[in-house]
Amino acid sequence: MKILVCMKQVPQKDAPLKLNEAGTWIREDVSYEVNEPDAFALEEALRQKEKHTGEVVVVTAGPARASQVLREALAKGADRAIHLEDDAFVGLDAYNTARAIAAAIKDEKFDLIFTGLQSDDYGYAQTGVILAQILGLPHATIIMQIEKTDAGIRVKRELEAGFFQFVDMPLPAVLTIQSGINKLRYATLIGIKQAKMKPLRKVTLAEVQSAMGANLQKIEKLYLPQKSKNTEFLEGPPAEVAKKLVEKLKNEMRVI
Amino acid sequence: MPDTILVIIEQREGKLSRVSWETIAAGQAIAAQTGWTLEAAVVGSGVAAIASQLAAKKLAKVYAVESVRLEPYTPDAFAHALKEFLQKHPAKLVLMPHTYQVRDFVPKLATALETTAISDVIGVRYEGGKLLFTRQMFQGKFVADVSFAGSGPFFVTFQNGSFRADKVEAGAAAAPVQTVNVEVPDGVVRNKPQEVFKEAKQAVDLTQAEIIVSVGRGIKEQKNIELARQLADALGGELAASRPICDNGWLPMDRQIGSSGQTVAPKLYLALGISGAIQHIVGMKGSRSIVAINKDSEAPIFEIADYAVVGNLFDIVPPLIEEVKKAKG
Repeated sequence: MKILVCMKQVPQKDAPLKLNEAGTWIREDVSYEVNEPDAFALEEALRQKEKHTGEVVVVTAGPARASQVLREALAKGADRAIHLEDDAFVGLDAYNTARAIAAAIKDEKFDLIFTGLQSDDYGYAQTGVILAQILGLPHATIIMQIEKTDAGIRVKRELEAGFFQFVDMPLPAVLTIQSGINKLRYATLIGIKQAKMKPLRKVTLAEVQSAMGANLQKIEKLYLPQKSKNTEFLEGPPAEVAKKLVEKLKNEMRVI
Repeated sequence: MPDTILVIIEQREGKLSRVSWETIAAGQAIAAQTGWTLEAAVVGSGVAAIASQLAAKKLAKVYAVESVRLEPYTPDAFAHALKEFLQKHPAKLVLMPHTYQVRDFVPKLATALETTAISDVIGVRYEGGKLLFTRQMFQGKFVADVSFAGSGPFFVTFQNGSFRADKVEAGAAAAPVQTVNVEVPDGVVRNKPQEVFKEAKQAVDLTQAEIIVSVGRGIKEQKNIELARQLADALGGELAASRPICDNGWLPMDRQIGSSGQTVAPKLYLALGISGAIQHIVGMKGSRSIVAINKDSEAPIFEIADYAVVGNLFDIVPPLIEEVKKAKG
């Protein structure tokens, strides 16, 4: 199986984020990490390759810093990487991101394309499905299990409120992968060493721009959420806070 | 593109979900602000009864979009049918609930029409002739006002609880219902979905719990779950968790609160080290009282908390357990 994994670099979960001066995006001087569902997507691709042989290719669209995500993926066992490298890729809507990726892989034939089910920054949950439509491939979202069958694959979709569904589908196909589908591996020292020898193809914005268009949605303003509740903050040393909270639990919330 | 807003309803086995009613409320609110015409469509096989149920609401028209190929749901059939429908009955704005089904096919449908969807919207404003849709970004740390560019039709999906289902206005007279039969040719549907099922038995029904102590990433290690368990025991409550904890296998999946787990509304929801991503919030924001303990003062959970403690849960929980025990005598 030849599998493409679309990955994204996003701000670290606990990184304190600040708004830029225009109030349209965050200040970029934060720590970054791989988008969590994408890490699970990579792991799943590596497991499928180990089971069925083949090749795992990773792709990202982002500035120079995003190559870190690809290097980590190569160290974990991906065979090669594609980096659509330009600062402009940060500000794309999902449609343009998908069009750019589709243009970058137009000469390749993958059996499976994975994305994480959504990104921790924009949270569109759309790029994978759009990519499937552009490539004319069937898709399934929020996948928790993948089994190869004679006719293609059988996947387990997660639905709301604890429900699931198996779906049989032909290959090639696009799947968006849910966090928790597997247990992530760590890169080994040998893996990290070998990663340096693996091919990483860079794709410039100019190479894919003809496939793209104007963004169809625009962030007018980014701001801190307004509080919907009158939150009472309990302060002081832990023992005192514990006392105050129990007093509230007893007299205000009446649960003790 | 006519000044029409179309709400596409999600039905399952002949029933409308609450979030579908909420989306109609959203449509009515936008129609009131813009003066645009509001219509609704219900999509499936044998949906006439739901269409006439909808017709009692304040809507200019209701469509029953019918094809036997729409049951069971597949993204291929839904995108195909709705593309065909929207080409015959154009709308400027198409609203849908942000369900797992909708998010499975909307990006495909929007792309097939060479347009876009703003997903997971929690609010909308009409300012200076422009519609601004509010959605969370960066896991709820920020919200963004997002606008559309291009010619549409523009798709919007609304998060659970963004509008109130009980605010849906009834119509003065029944809206006309039109059945539109769409053709989904052989070969369009590539996926073969099997029956929907629930994983084994749910050992615990958290929806009945009056007190829930819930843990998130801030608990750091599996062995620390015990601390939360002691607090839950002292309070006489159930232990629950956000998704990453269950993903790690630190607690079973049936203890998960949020969009993919259980939706709860206990008297007390005590969140330990939970940042408050929207997928979690939708599962617990109806709780009567919410107490959040988190070391990050910017954590989104604090926006919906009644009582907040900014601090290290490992410092606060042990004396809290002692105080609860004391208070209970």
